[in-house]
Amino acid sequence: MYEIIEGFVEAARLIFTLDPDVMAIAARSIVISLTATILATLLAIPLGAVINFGTFPGRKSLINLIQTLYSLPTVIVGLLIFLLISRVGPFGSLRLLFTPTAMVIAQTVLILPIMTGLTISALSGIDPVVRDTLYSLGATRLQFLVNIMKEARFAILATVAVGFGRAISEVGAAILVGGNIAASSFGSSTRVLTTAISLETSMGNIPESIALGIILLAIALGVNLAITTVQHR
Amino acid sequence: MQRRTLFAVAAVMVALMLICGCTGTTSDPTPVATEKQQLRIATTTSLYDTKLLERLTPIFEEQYDAEVLIVSAGTGKAIEYGQNGDVDVLMVHDRAREDAFLADGYGINRRVFAYNYFVVVGPESDPAGIRGMHPEAAFTTIRETGMTDGSDVVFVSRGDASGTHSKEKAIWKAAGFNYSADVQGSGDWYQEAGTGMGATLTMANEKQAYTLSDIGTYLAYKGDLDLVTLVDEGDILLNVYCAMQINPEKYPDINSTVAKDWVNFMISEDVQKEIASFGVDQYGQPLFYAARNDWEKIGVPQAEVKDPIP
Repeated sequence: MYEIIEGFVEAARLIFTLDPDVMAIAARSIVISLTATILATLLAIPLGAVINFGTFPGRKSLINLIQTLYSLPTVIVGLLIFLLISRVGPFGSLRLLFTPTAMVIAQTVLILPIMTGLTISALSGIDPVVRDTLYSLGATRLQFLVNIMKEARFAILATVAVGFGRAISEVGAAILVGGNIAASSFGSSTRVLTTAISLETSMGNIPESIALGIILLAIALGVNLAITTVQHR
Repeated sequence: MQRRTLFAVAAVMVALMLICGCTGTTSDPTPVATEKQQLRIATTTSLYDTKLLERLTPIFEEQYDAEVLIVSAGTGKAIEYGQNGDVDVLMVHDRAREDAFLADGYGINRRVFAYNYFVVVGPESDPAGIRGMHPEAAFTTIRETGMTDGSDVVFVSRGDASGTHSKEKAIWKAAGFNYSADVQGSGDWYQEAGTGMGATLTMANEKQAYTLSDIGTYLAYKGDLDLVTLVDEGDILLNVYCAMQINPEKYPDINSTVAKDWVNFMISEDVQKEIASFGVDQYGQPLFYAARNDWEKIGVPQAEVKDPIP
């Protein structure tokens, strides 16, 4: 019990003194997962729109597949990306293994299905009256999409939050393709909150783990709070 | 009240964003051809967990204006990274597998820079009664007592194809057991951790179990452990660390110049002194011995400890 209390005290110290190592890890987590979320958003929204409004054979099965991939295990994504970017893999010459870029790619792939799926739900949940009105007013294809997006913006915002949450909290892919490297420069290191917690706990450095855990929770809480605030406005 | 909580959370978020902004602007998260050359090393966990590399890399980075990226993994995994050409240098401790790796043409220019000894550690109470035994006898006794009903003797193995795991298997073999038939899966007394040395020691400590560790990692973790050294004598316990380059003929765009610099750096006189004194002030004894003058004792050719790569 004493150890836990001691851990929390030390964790508080690390956070409030803005311990440079801890802060760099937290910042790196945010940068990597935010980049992945932005990339995934740019892919998921058009993809979701095409699937939702399009009519093509196999559309139902495609949606089923996407929904199945919601629970895509992070280590499987890690393994897949590892095989692709390792030196002997098809994209080996790019030398991406053990870089933050590799982690961004893995996290993007990881959250793409759930973000696409939730975008489809968001778009299909729009009141048909809105669609009919837009059609009857003679909206062009682009105008139609822009207005539908406007209508669905809160649901899409929630999608983005879900994607970011899954990206920043995953550890399996991050450790496989990132390698949990602590290098002297910020941009070459691949140690993020989750991989650092895993390492520190296994090495018995409990205070560091608790501090990193608190920060991870605070980020998740902050993002959700920001989203709900916007939605309720 | 609600407003106040909201404010507090908002403050935390702003603080985080500021930190993110400050750190983020200094360097790009995805480096695009930085001017510094990068050296990628796959290392056995013991060199990492003891923080020896943490001590040496800044010296190297300054001397050679390079950036060192270290992936810490068991020897088995490190060798795989090397085989795929995903790193420039390997630092491992498994002579037999190193020989195979060199013979297959994946590695070149092996240099031995340090050695120490393995120890069998376990709970102070020593339920199997192995204190002071020879390693082979100690292993036999742990297995026997572990397999009797109602015993609380547990052995935690690295179980990760690391150099330490190889050594453990070699000891089982020397004790006359077939590893996969007689040891693995022979009962709850034998548990495979599948993780690094530091993590395995932490696990053994939680379970008050026996484990095989290199002395360096054990000493570095000793402060947090209730485990004591029970067996530390026997020729089989010798543990020799080497560094080698990945063969640029296999992977032409590998960073072979800086890799060569690193291997030569490890056997240089200054670094050898650094290795020999590392941890003495903190642990009262060295974690590693410098290989430079002890090549005969550890049974490696003189060239492997003294001759820099030309």
